[in-house]
Amino acid sequence: MNENDLNEKKGLVGWIDKRLPVFTFINHNLRDYPTPKNLNYFWNFGSLAGITLVIMIITGILLAMQYTADTELAFDSVERIMRDVNNGWLLRYIHMNGASMFFIIVYIHIFRGLYYGSYKPPREILWMLGVVILLLMMATAFMGYVLPWGQMSFWGATVITNLFSAFPIVGDYIVTFLWGGFSVDNPTLTRFFVLHYLLPFAIVGVVALHLVALHQFGSNNPTGIDVKSDGDTIPFHPYYTVKDYLGLGVFLIIYAVLVFFAPNFLGHPDNYIPANPLQTPAHIVPEWYFLPFYAILRAVPDKLMGVLLMFAAVAVLFILPWLDTHKVRSANFRPYYKQFFWLFFVNCLVLGWVGAMPAEGIYVLIGRFASFYYFAFFLIIMPILSKFEKVSGLPSSISAAVLTEKFDGEARNEKNISESYVK
Amino acid sequence: MKREDITNKRNDSSIDEEKRDFLYITTTGLALAGGAVTGLALINTMNPAKDVLALSTTEVDLSPLEEGQNLTVMWRGKPIFIRHRTLEDISSAQNIDIEGLNHKETDQSRVQNPKWLVVVGVCTHLGCVPLGQKVGDSKGEFGGWFCPCHGSHYDTSGRIRKGPAPLNLEIPPYEFVSEDIIKIG
Repeated sequence: MNENDLNEKKGLVGWIDKRLPVFTFINHNLRDYPTPKNLNYFWNFGSLAGITLVIMIITGILLAMQYTADTELAFDSVERIMRDVNNGWLLRYIHMNGASMFFIIVYIHIFRGLYYGSYKPPREILWMLGVVILLLMMATAFMGYVLPWGQMSFWGATVITNLFSAFPIVGDYIVTFLWGGFSVDNPTLTRFFVLHYLLPFAIVGVVALHLVALHQFGSNNPTGIDVKSDGDTIPFHPYYTVKDYLGLGVFLIIYAVLVFFAPNFLGHPDNYIPANPLQTPAHIVPEWYFLPFYAILRAVPDKLMGVLLMFAAVAVLFILPWLDTHKVRSANFRPYYKQFFWLFFVNCLVLGWVGAMPAEGIYVLIGRFASFYYFAFFLIIMPILSKFEKVSGLPSSISAAVLTEKFDGEARNEKNISESYVK
Repeated sequence: MKREDITNKRNDSSIDEEKRDFLYITTTGLALAGGAVTGLALINTMNPAKDVLALSTTEVDLSPLEEGQNLTVMWRGKPIFIRHRTLEDISSAQNIDIEGLNHKETDQSRVQNPKWLVVVGVCTHLGCVPLGQKVGDSKGEFGGWFCPCHGSHYDTSGRIRKGPAPLNLEIPPYEFVSEDIIKIG
């Protein structure tokens, strides 16, 4: 089916579509949408992120029907959800672990983009909208974590809002404004609840723009080569819907294992102690998905510089398309970039690990080296490689790449079959 | 293998349609079943929680109530009207022809002890609380209760006599624990 068929279609669908082309829209963007035929499983993570966003919104709305945003009642209302509300424990564990799954998926999604050069022309705005989504996700997750009003909630909120006090002159005013008072208290909790409800819908909006920008030029692909002919693409449905479906199945199995067998594995036990403004827990760490950024903050012995560097760690992603100007997109054909990329990937894991460790001894030193490499990768290595790196083995088209990879193998198999037949 | 060959293979009659249907039906079926179970589990969170269900009985001591006095108590978040009826109230409730009523119930079927009328104080039209409990309230044209929202009149047995309400005031489940104490719920 193509658009013309649909427009001429009789019946209710045709009648509606002529006046409100919603079916044409779906057809155009989810069905016939031409997609490079060589996408690998790393291209599953976009749809998975979208599905996780929907899961978070649905469970979040149902939780908000039971939750009370008041410092006297918040902790108890969450315990009531766990004990008294029908399947409340399930609802809360899905939402809680869903945040972790969301960040895992989005981080893989980002590293996919980094490896295959998905941020390069003409997809710069697509990439930048992605960074906006990441920032919104971080703000949303942080404010959601405050809501149960446990010890980690309270002290996490205190520390993160205090980041803004590092700014000269206006810092203290900003912090007082954020708190709605002189410390993290009831006004803070109430506004965080409101914003935690609001921001996910802002994310939905930016995701819509993200998809519009994506569909303008279509998906990148593992070769990083542009689509040159119809032979390079296949329709999204059923080929990629079914592939996404498989990925979703695997994802849901992992998610379910976490929810049903290790629901508190990724959380911190101290958040099961009600918030106490008079005592900070001995070992206060953020949620795992903030650890790399937390490590960068702690690597710098200066308050303001630490804060600026931590914000810069995300901000540097905005200008990425102008730091890596190499003509070839995919790291598959860039021998040096590939190695620095994997080093960067490991470096991010190291940063996360250091973030979870106490800020003393060897960890401080490791944290500084890792922070240096984090920025060096973007600001030094990328511009240099853009100038000097030679490429190797770049195929002439997507089809050419697919044919040499897949059909050589298939031809060989057929040969083997015929040989064994002869025997 | 060239592209034309692949295309030909796709249109080949050797495609096993039955196998495709089987895969299509099992996949869709499983997804629908999983979605339905998950959806129902999530929707069920909106049903009354255990702490809400725990508040389901109320005990009332009737001894301080003089003849002709009313008492309103809460049960499951709703008002329960208790009236210590006078002999006049009782006879007016009993001596009418129930065939003329919209909701045909005898007074005897609505009380356990004719002295005590116990009804849920929620108008059966759209859920307002009728007047008639407090001294000075309008009791309506039939000496019982009058709903101010849309003008329903109830008699001394709590039966609907006039107005848009379709049914008599509901009788909650209750029992006499002793002579003067009732347990509602």
